[in-house]
Formats: sequence, C-alpha cells, structure tokens
Amino acid sequence: MLSRVANSIYWMSRYVERAESVARFIEVTLNFILDQPDHDVEQWEPLVRATGDEEYFNEHYGAYTAANVQQFLTFDTDYHSSVRTSISNARENARTVCEAISSEAWEQLNSFYHFVRAAERSPQQPPNAGFYDDVVQHSYHLGGILDATMTRDTGWNFANAGRFLERADKTSRILDVKYFTLLRNVSDMNTTFDDLLWSSVLRSVSSFEMFRKRYHTLTVERIVDFLILDSKFPRAVRYSLQQARHSLSEVDGPVAEFQNEAILQTDALLDRLDATSARQIIDGGMHEFVDSLQHSLNMIGEAVHETYFALKAFPATQSQSQMQTQS
Amino acid sequence: MPGLTFKNYQTDNFYDELFYPEGIPRPGAELLVDAIDQLPASELRLRQEAISRALLRMGITFTVYGDESGTEKIFPFDVIPRVVEAIEWNHIEAGLKQRIKALNLFIDDIYHDQNIVKDGVLPAEILKKAKSFRPQCVGVNPPKGIWCHITGTDLIRHTDGAIYVLEDNLRCPSGVSYVLQNRMIMKRSFPQIFADSKVRPVVGYATQLYATLAHLCPNDVADPTIVVLTPGIYNSAYYEHSFLAQQMGVALVQGEDLVVQDDFVYMRTTHGFQQVDVIYRRIDDDFMDPKAFRKDSMLGVPGLMQAYRNGRVALANAPGTGVADDKVIYAYVPDMIKYYLNEVPGLPNVQTYVCDRPDDRAYVLEHLDELVVKAANEAGGYGMLIGPHSTKEEQGKFAELIKADPRNYVAQPTLALSRVPTVVGDHFEGRHVDLRPYILYGKTPWVLPGGLTRVALKKGSLVVNSSQGGGSKDTWVIGHPGTEVEPQEATV
Repeated sequence: MLSRVANSIYWMSRYVERAESVARFIEVTLNFILDQPDHDVEQWEPLVRATGDEEYFNEHYGAYTAANVQQFLTFDTDYHSSVRTSISNARENARTVCEAISSEAWEQLNSFYHFVRAAERSPQQPPNAGFYDDVVQHSYHLGGILDATMTRDTGWNFANAGRFLERADKTSRILDVKYFTLLRNVSDMNTTFDDLLWSSVLRSVSSFEMFRKRYHTLTVERIVDFLILDSKFPRAVRYSLQQARHSLSEVDGPVAEFQNEAILQTDALLDRLDATSARQIIDGGMHEFVDSLQHSLNMIGEAVHETYFALKAFPATQSQSQMQTQS
Repeated sequence: MPGLTFKNYQTDNFYDELFYPEGIPRPGAELLVDAIDQLPASELRLRQEAISRALLRMGITFTVYGDESGTEKIFPFDVIPRVVEAIEWNHIEAGLKQRIKALNLFIDDIYHDQNIVKDGVLPAEILKKAKSFRPQCVGVNPPKGIWCHITGTDLIRHTDGAIYVLEDNLRCPSGVSYVLQNRMIMKRSFPQIFADSKVRPVVGYATQLYATLAHLCPNDVADPTIVVLTPGIYNSAYYEHSFLAQQMGVALVQGEDLVVQDDFVYMRTTHGFQQVDVIYRRIDDDFMDPKAFRKDSMLGVPGLMQAYRNGRVALANAPGTGVADDKVIYAYVPDMIKYYLNEVPGLPNVQTYVCDRPDDRAYVLEHLDELVVKAANEAGGYGMLIGPHSTKEEQGKFAELIKADPRNYVAQPTLALSRVPTVVGDHFEGRHVDLRPYILYGKTPWVLPGGLTRVALKKGSLVVNSSQGGGSKDTWVIGHPGTEVEPQEATV
C-alpha cells in the first residue's frame, strides 16, 4: 500500500475515534447534570482540561458554560479536535483514499459528515444529548462497516492501529482529569465513592456495565485496574495497545519486526503495564502515571510515522539490486 | 397538481430523441414512455429526489467555488434517459471504432515518418503549427503500437436526424464514472423498466479498462502493477480518478508517490519501493514530467518520460495524443480515414471551415453572424464566437483574430442539437443534449454501450458543460432483439 494512503487511512480512523470520544464525554456530562440538579461541582471545566487545550479555550471563550464548552468541543472549526474538525478531517482523508477503503465505509463517513454539518446549521444550539449519542452511533457504524467489509490487509490494519492508539490516549486522558477533579471532593480513597460520580467516569468510556460484571462495586483501585490494565475490555488502555500492536505486526513493515521501532515502542509500553499494578499507579501518582503514558503513546505515534509513512529517499541497496536484475 | 406525464409534451420542431413530431414514442422508447405515464402522480418526483440524496451520500459532488462554508452540490441528474436503438448504436459503434483506428495510425505516423504530410493529405503548415504536437514524442514507440487507449468522442444529432462527430477527446476524457454511477442509481430507481427495455449493461467498463491497461504492460511480469495517476484532490475530476482506481482495484497515486530510478518507475509503499508497469495518467502532458515538459510542474514525476521512452513503463494515453484534439486537425479526420484505412467515414464530421484555406476563410469572414468560430487549441467554451448570439463588435474582433492567425481558427454552422424530455418543475420540457461515448483501445477497439448524455438544463440553451448549467442523463442502448445475455469478459 502507498505510504501516503496508509497515512491517510490511519488518520481517518484516529479522527473518527477522536470525535466519538469527545461526543461521549459531552453526552455523559449532559446526563450527569440532569441527575443532580443541586450539585455545585463544575462539570464543564474538566472536559476542557481533558483536551489539554485550556489556553485556547480561555482565549476564545472565557467562562466554562455549557454553551461555550459545547460549541468549543462540537463545532469550533478553528479548534483542531472538535467533533466538526475531526469529522471533516476524517472525511477529507477518506476522500483521498476512497479507492483504498470500501465504498460502504466511504458512504458512511460521508453521511456522518453531512449529519454533523446539518446539526451545525440547525437553529437548536447547543445540541442535545441525542445529537452526541448519534455521533457515537455513526462512529460505531463506521467501525462495524470497516470490520465487516474490508480484508484484513494493510489498509484495515492501519485503520485499526489508528483507532486503538487514539482510544488508549482518550481513555487515559479522561481518567486523568476526572480522577483529579473528583478527588478534590473525597477524603478517603479506599472507601466506596459516590456511585454517581464514578459511574459517570465509567460511562464516559462506555464501560459501566462491563465494569459491574467484573467487579460489582466501585473503588478507585478497581477503576484504574479496569480502565488501564484490563486486557479484555475494548476501551482499556492495555487492550487498545494490544490491538494496535497486533495490527502493526500484521502490516509487517519494511524492516523485520524486531527492528521495527513502532512495534518495539509498543512492546516496551506493554511490558511496563504488565509490571504495574493499579495500587502502584495510585501510590506513584495517577497524574504522573498518565503523563508518562501519554508521552509513550506520542512516541509510538511518531515511530509509526517514521516507520511506515516517511519513506523518502530511494535506498542505495535497492538501486543496486535493480541494476543487477537488469544485467 | 398534475403528475408528470408525456400527454402534453411538445417537440417544438426539434429532433426529439424519444418522440416523433406527432408525439408517438420512437422505437425503443415505447416501454419507457408507457411506464412513466403509468406512475402515480408524485412518484417520479420522489424518485428524482431519492436519486439526488443518493448522489450526495455517495459523495459524487463538487464544491461550490467562493462559498466559505464549503457547500457541496451534486451534478444535476435527470431521470429521463436518452434511448438509442440497437441499429443506430451499431452504426455509431462501427463509426467510432473506425475513427479511433485512423486516429491512432495518424498519431503514430506524425511522430515517425509523417507520410500523411509527405503525401499532401495534411498540409505541412498545419502540423508545424499544432500547439499540442510534442517534439519529445518523435520516434517513440508506445507498447503494442497504440497511442490513444481511452477516448471520449463528443457526438451530436442535428435537425437532419444524422449523428455527427463534434470533437475527439484524446487526452484525459472524463465523465465515464457518471455513466456508471448514474446507471447504478437508475437501476435501483426503475428496476422494472430496465428489465423490460433490454438495456445493455455498462458495468463491464472497469474490467475492459483494466484489460486494456494490462495489455500495455511493457515488462515481463505475470501480474502487472497498474496505477491511476491523478493531479490530486483539488482536480475537478478527482472523484472519477478515485472511482476508476477503486473499480479496477489498483492504487490511485499522485506524483509525489512515484519515483524514477534507473529508468524504472516505483511507488512508495509501506513495504518500500514497488515497481510500476502501467500508468493510466489523468495529468496533462505538460504537467507529467518537469524534466521533459513544464519545469514548474509540481504534479508530475521527474524522469517519467525517459522511463517511458526506454520502454520501462506504459502510459495511457500516450503523451502526444493531444495533437489530434487540435480543432483544425479534427477537420482532416475524414481524410485520415480515407488515407489510412481506405474507407468511407461512418460518422461524418460537423461541416468545418478551416480558416487556413483561403476559400474557407473568405466564406467565414462573410458569414460570422451565422457561424460558430472556435480557436484550435481551446476547450471548455473558451476562444469561441457564437455568431447568431454575437454583436457586430465581437464579430469584428474575431475577423481580426482570424486574419492575424488563420491557422488557429475553424468555423462550423450553428447546430440545433436534438432534445430529450427533461423534468422541469411539474412537467416535461425538451432540453438539448449531446453524447459522449467511450472507446477503449487495447488489443482491439471496444466501445462502451452507452455514454454520457449531457443536457443543457436552461431553456433553449445549447451549452451542456456542467460549469454552465449542464446536467447529465443515463444513456440506454437497447439490446439487439433476441440477445438476452451479453458477455462481459475482457477481450484481451
């Protein structure tokens, strides 16, 4: 597969996952607010903090009102990670690689785009929870179509790697921010916390029911274990990394696997997670852990780029072997 | 509100493709007309709207220039097809095959011995001043001796009922993706009418195109690597480039994806560099290779022409074919058919006055108010004078242009293109159409049974270009009586 095309598919998938994550965060927040009319905890600020782009927000919006935060995260065309920007980027990427993905996938992403554009023009602003739920459904639909219509070849594997690397990033980010915010309101980390608060964390990564099946009762340690270290839950960081790792090794880059920097980096991070417990993460400082996790994820992203997409110079060896075959 | 029906439809003294002047359907159109007249009142409009939505969902759109919010529009598509009966199609198909054979022999001749000039059939002066002649192609022997692999020839029907060739498009003719997608959508919308009418399928185009390209492979490989080369996403035909690559299952590449090394062409893949054997290029000659053509081109591949000349890679269409798109050289195609094939042209040219010939020039200068004057190397309606719609001042300006550079101008009578009923609000009106069939030339010439019917949607307009209010229609070539199934296998 062309490096340029692989790059576009990888980012198409990342952008869609990003839009889905943002929409889910907002939808959960909207629902959470409805559940506690008297609650004075500021719910919108953490969402902006989860993006890591507070500076941009403060400059352009100021107050953390529902309308401001929703506009920022949903339709701001100048903000690089809004739902609108992400879906436009995903769709633009898909358009350049239409021939490399299934037409069903292209049509779905195109419908997704037109759906977001129609909501943007709708007089009802900010949009209600139904809109964000639809965004999530559109994203699921696309994921399902990709899985159901594409050969597990290079293209699909890059889509899959992009999807899961983005997901690992977003799950860790929301955990970081929610954890930090919520801890301000609790005194004892080892007791069962306010179900509502923590279940909102879990719901924002669609994991509430799966968590209940696994653990039944909520503790911080269990939540950290489930969202970071679980190897079976599809939104957990570790599961996501395993998926990305599998897809990258399926692609089988230009160099042997043991030399492939992207895979080496992913393995190193997986090794670290293997050697870590939820207790250790909490004791060592949740925020520090997530910080270092995100740093590793960025390194993997860069390694993926260098390994597969940045092929530029014609290697001298290939030129020589070509000369030999000619003679 | 009355439903859409043909009951009050008027042909207004134009040749109508579906109806005789008395309002009786032509052969081949009866079933279609019956079926549409029997649809419930609002049904046709609902189907037309469903088709527009499908086109939007499929992303078959173009961006409206100057609109900041990036509004996208679909190319207007009208549900009433143009119908071509079997016997007439046979005539068109034979004429096109003959024409493409002669054009191919012509291009090969002028880049080699130029016998047609030596024998006095084409004046030397005309060839010498052909802007699209490419000196870089002199002496080149394209794989299998074929230059024009993909051609879209524009045909029109005049009031006399005959089909004429308006122009040949031998560079990068576009539009075939609309033919295929329009058909797919029409089949969904009117399945029963299709089944009854014995419409010949167009679905085999991608297979034929692939076979045509594979036939050109210059390298000794079992499974050639074929790519479609596009200028990129901002090209107006990008959708088509991507569609064709997808339908053939080949890579769609941009200049930056390719590299030439030791005269071989490679593409940059996630697995390193992979050799490319055949390139269906949708980039004009000028932009293909900055080393051989325009040095400022960022779209092309440096060294591509050298690789091509040395027979390491095949290019379709071959560079240099555009010389036969020159509107003056077009005037000589009937002579070419006689010269190379010793045959009578099956499809006549539109009567063309070549201003380089003194008699023709004198006639043109006297009749500027009646004729359409065209510059030899302009396209898309540029450099044109439409006599009956022009002012004395414009005519004067063109008279000067013609006198200054007679080689650069031809003139043709103003034609009354035939019409096809078209949905206009709550009723049908006749709208002028042309027809672009597609010819592939691999082992032998092959003509897609159908083609792009472009329709001038504005009342009375003769301009079918999409940029000027044109739309498209499906083209139904009716099967021969008794032929139920036809082979879709490639002919290579």
